[in-house]
Amino acid sequence: MDYVVHILILVATYMVLAMSLDLLAGSTGLLSISHAAFCGLGAYTSALLATCFGVPFFIGLLAGMAVAALISFIVSLPSLRLHDDYFVIATFGFQMILFSIFNNWIGLTRGPLGIPGIPQPILFGWHVSSRLDFLILGAALAGFAYFVVHRIISAPFGRVLHAIREDEVFAKALGKNTLYFKVTAFAVSAALAASAGSLYAHYITYIDPTSFTVIESILIISMVIIGGAGSTWGPLVGAAVLVVLPEALRFVGLPSGVAANLRQIIYGSLLVIMMMFRPCGLVGKYGFSK
Amino acid sequence: MKQPEVRSQKSEESQPMLRCEGLNKCFDGTRALRDVRLAFPSSGIVAIIGPNGAGKTTLLNVLTGFLRPDTGRFFLGEWELTRVAPHRIARLGIARTFQDLRLITLVPVLENVMLARPNQMGERLWHALFRFGLAAQEARNREHAIRWLQFVGLDQQAHEPAGELSYGQQKLLTLACCLAAEARILLLDEPVAGVHPNMTEKILGLLRELRGMGKLVVFVEHDMTAVRQVADQVVVMDEGRIIAHGQPKEVLERPEIMEAYVG
Repeated sequence: MDYVVHILILVATYMVLAMSLDLLAGSTGLLSISHAAFCGLGAYTSALLATCFGVPFFIGLLAGMAVAALISFIVSLPSLRLHDDYFVIATFGFQMILFSIFNNWIGLTRGPLGIPGIPQPILFGWHVSSRLDFLILGAALAGFAYFVVHRIISAPFGRVLHAIREDEVFAKALGKNTLYFKVTAFAVSAALAASAGSLYAHYITYIDPTSFTVIESILIISMVIIGGAGSTWGPLVGAAVLVVLPEALRFVGLPSGVAANLRQIIYGSLLVIMMMFRPCGLVGKYGFSK
Repeated sequence: MKQPEVRSQKSEESQPMLRCEGLNKCFDGTRALRDVRLAFPSSGIVAIIGPNGAGKTTLLNVLTGFLRPDTGRFFLGEWELTRVAPHRIARLGIARTFQDLRLITLVPVLENVMLARPNQMGERLWHALFRFGLAAQEARNREHAIRWLQFVGLDQQAHEPAGELSYGQQKLLTLACCLAAEARILLLDEPVAGVHPNMTEKILGLLRELRGMGKLVVFVEHDMTAVRQVADQVVVMDEGRIIAHGQPKEVLERPEIMEAYVG
């Protein structure tokens, strides 16, 4: 039972990551390969504040979100002036820079040794300790992310994001400051990713840079594409499928070394198959590209 | 046809006028604009004609901020707009359409027009999240958008995806978007090119109605019949220069213009 709950907690965490990336990639048409880096920013900020200064989880969570939003703002100003493939490459570069910082700024992050002993959260007197508690917290965070993303998408703000995805020149000609909308979407997306990172850090109680590599970013992109970019349920379905499916391989009886490699093959094959036969994803309507 | 409400029309003299001084623009050695000096009237219909590559669309792109001139300046009244971003120019009441129709084809017609409405509260993050007073403004914007759709005759298609409209209807939709943006100056790039003659008549009729509302319509066009029918002034361009400017009867009767550009 604990195992199932653990998987559900991971599903909830990845749902937050996939929904937040979808706001940027699916709704706005900006494919970012730095989502794991923003998740890491939230995790490290929250973990460092908790372990070094005893800052409560909730404050650490908010601080992580604020740091991620601020960094995304600084990164977005130059990179959002780039278009399409160049923007993707810029976010890839940012992902690599941030990973290097996590890995090499030993004095702050302890580098590859990671940060152990991250305390379990205490939220308004509620000590989140059991897996069921974490599942409730994870579900609440996923609900919060859904609320934020859905509100944005269904408001006139979302209408402009869709316009930017379909035709940015048209949006500009109608008087929309597209840079403002892209920067804001990037900041909200980064902040939500950071909240997932914070939850992850306090759940596992240990983080190191290997949890926030470019492979993680690609996994989150895969969730969005396979579920259906730009749709309400797509990222949720994608996160559930890509977390649960590899776990199912455990029960096939393959040696662990083979199973791990097989997962990567499955991700890649699924992406190729989806791009060929259902580019709009499992439950999406529009497809990923512009 | 139900007439949309328009803001009270100021007297012609009080409307800021669009004018440009010595605009030059080069692309890889090709001079697309050469010392373009032009003062548009505050209202009426102005046609810009000329052969392909004459610089007509480049001029529209410069006047809407999508291209920056190499030298020269342009103004709306006292405001210099030469280095102003396209979205700011649009907010000053200068809207445009494109030769290659630009619309959000996947969403309904009505959504396209609502997108164009200016000063929307829900375009601010705080209001998008918490929605204080948003429903009321959305209702007003919807009503306004429907009125402009009625004006161009697309209200029956309001809930169809914009991509499913005919080419001519899409041209009408782009016009409705410009009007919903509360533009006073409309720069239209080939508004009747490639559409059925009945649709051409309809679009030209709408341009006349817009003139009656005190708006300035500037349109680039190759269809000389359309130009003769509606234009109050004609600007003839060739190789980036303005080679003639005046009333259609006067300009289009010149033998050299007739021979070279009109046929």
